[in-house]
Amino acid sequence: MFDFLDSGQYNVLGAFWVTVQLTLYSAVGSLIWGTVLAGMRVSPVPLLRGFGTAYVNLVRNTPLTLVVIACSLGLSQTLGIDLGGTTFKETGFRLAVLGLIAYTGTFVCEALRSGINTVPVGQAEAARALGLSFFQVLTLIVLPQAFRAVVAPLANVLIALTKNTTVAATIGVAEAALLMKEMLENEAQAVFAVFAVFALGFVLLTLPTGLLLGWVSKRVAVKR
Amino acid sequence: MSSVLYDTPGPRAKVRNWIYSGIFVVLFGLVLWWALSLMGEKGQLDADKWTPFVTDSRIWTTYLIPGLMETLKAGALSMVIALPLGALLGIGRLSDHTGVRAAVGAWVEFFRAIPVLMLMLFSSALYAPQLMDVPSETRPFWAVVTGLVLYNSAVIAEIVRAGVLSLPKGQAEAAKAIGLRKGQTMTHVLLPQAVTAMLPALVSQLVVILKDTALGGALLGFAELLSMNRQIAANYSNTIATMFVIALIYIAVNFALTTLASWLEKRLRQSKKSTGAVVEGDVAEVDAGGAAGVGKAP
Repeated sequence: MFDFLDSGQYNVLGAFWVTVQLTLYSAVGSLIWGTVLAGMRVSPVPLLRGFGTAYVNLVRNTPLTLVVIACSLGLSQTLGIDLGGTTFKETGFRLAVLGLIAYTGTFVCEALRSGINTVPVGQAEAARALGLSFFQVLTLIVLPQAFRAVVAPLANVLIALTKNTTVAATIGVAEAALLMKEMLENEAQAVFAVFAVFALGFVLLTLPTGLLLGWVSKRVAVKR
Repeated sequence: MSSVLYDTPGPRAKVRNWIYSGIFVVLFGLVLWWALSLMGEKGQLDADKWTPFVTDSRIWTTYLIPGLMETLKAGALSMVIALPLGALLGIGRLSDHTGVRAAVGAWVEFFRAIPVLMLMLFSSALYAPQLMDVPSETRPFWAVVTGLVLYNSAVIAEIVRAGVLSLPKGQAEAAKAIGLRKGQTMTHVLLPQAVTAMLPALVSQLVVILKDTALGGALLGFAELLSMNRQIAANYSNTIATMFVIALIYIAVNFALTTLASWLEKRLRQSKKSTGAVVEGDVAEVDAGGAAGVGKAP
């Protein structure tokens, strides 16, 4: 039943490795971009607040598929931006990461904002009483506590991101979902076996992430 | 607007804010100018690429509106099927029987861990001629709906569970005290109250479903809104303009739903009739830990 795995025709592990790479690069990127967005949304400058709010509301309501395809069709094929990628494969990967960061950043931003809400008012008031500036209050007092409170929601964002990397299949990045599509077409007699293999792969990717970060979130949570 | 993160701006802070605003406008303007000049260079700003959306009604009647209808149809149907399924699964997870709880729990966790795209691809392969032979015209539609139902019924199960658990314990205890059975307690006491608490989360989930229908257009040949991009661009060769208009349609529909969800949430929190319990969009939300946090305006 699983003999398609031995045929050497499909590189399942390689495809999952691309999925993992997409996840890692996008996770780091969207953590940074999401933190910047969250900073903008709580900043004293009205224009930055407006930009942050508008960006989050616009991008969060756009399908990720559209964002990723727009990166490929719009940025790369029409406008000729290839992000320094020399081959089709390299460019596709980078464009997918760019799209995933643009999209996932909004969810990181919203999670962080809800984390900022968990920091007691007295913390920020005490910091301001000491004469710290907004930037100091945010980076030294509020964000470190907020991050500790949002490990669990961020873990959910990370798991969603892992699953969302399959969208890169729409622009031809050779990750797990694209290989699954190809295998389902070629191995029509083993549909259930193919599905089982890829389902197992994703359970193995997302379950430990959830368990590990769930444990971390309990350890680092601020006891109030 | 003032916040606890910073003082109400005085004269110097106001000047500083203006300077920051100025820097931001300049940077944003540079990026915009660069993007527009690049688009202009490639001829993407030419009027004939954009005017069809205003002058040529066929672009709406043959492509955009039918596409949007397919998107809404698939989304609504998935929600309608996933809701009762999810409710059953959610109740199953709260069952007193360990076996039922474990089996339903495993089912829900399994389908929540798998990308919805893979479920769609799998359904599409199942409906292929060799196995179930769904007619090829409707196969993409049903594959998309099946994938969405499998995934979202698991998500809705979690929402239902969170909704029931958000109710005060006294509700179930009082029901038990007046002699209701377990089933009666669930259908007459817990679920009706949980539904109101779940509404915002369910509306948010509808947005997720609508966004996910786009996957079917990209990989399964489902003729929904996003897939119209290819056909319109083939006729008018205006990829960027079409993408732009399609994105606006998605944003308009989803933004309306998101606004509805947060309005519902606000109403429920303030309402005196309900328990004030709300299941938020993201099921495993961070514990809000007190009403007066830093980010809220005083």
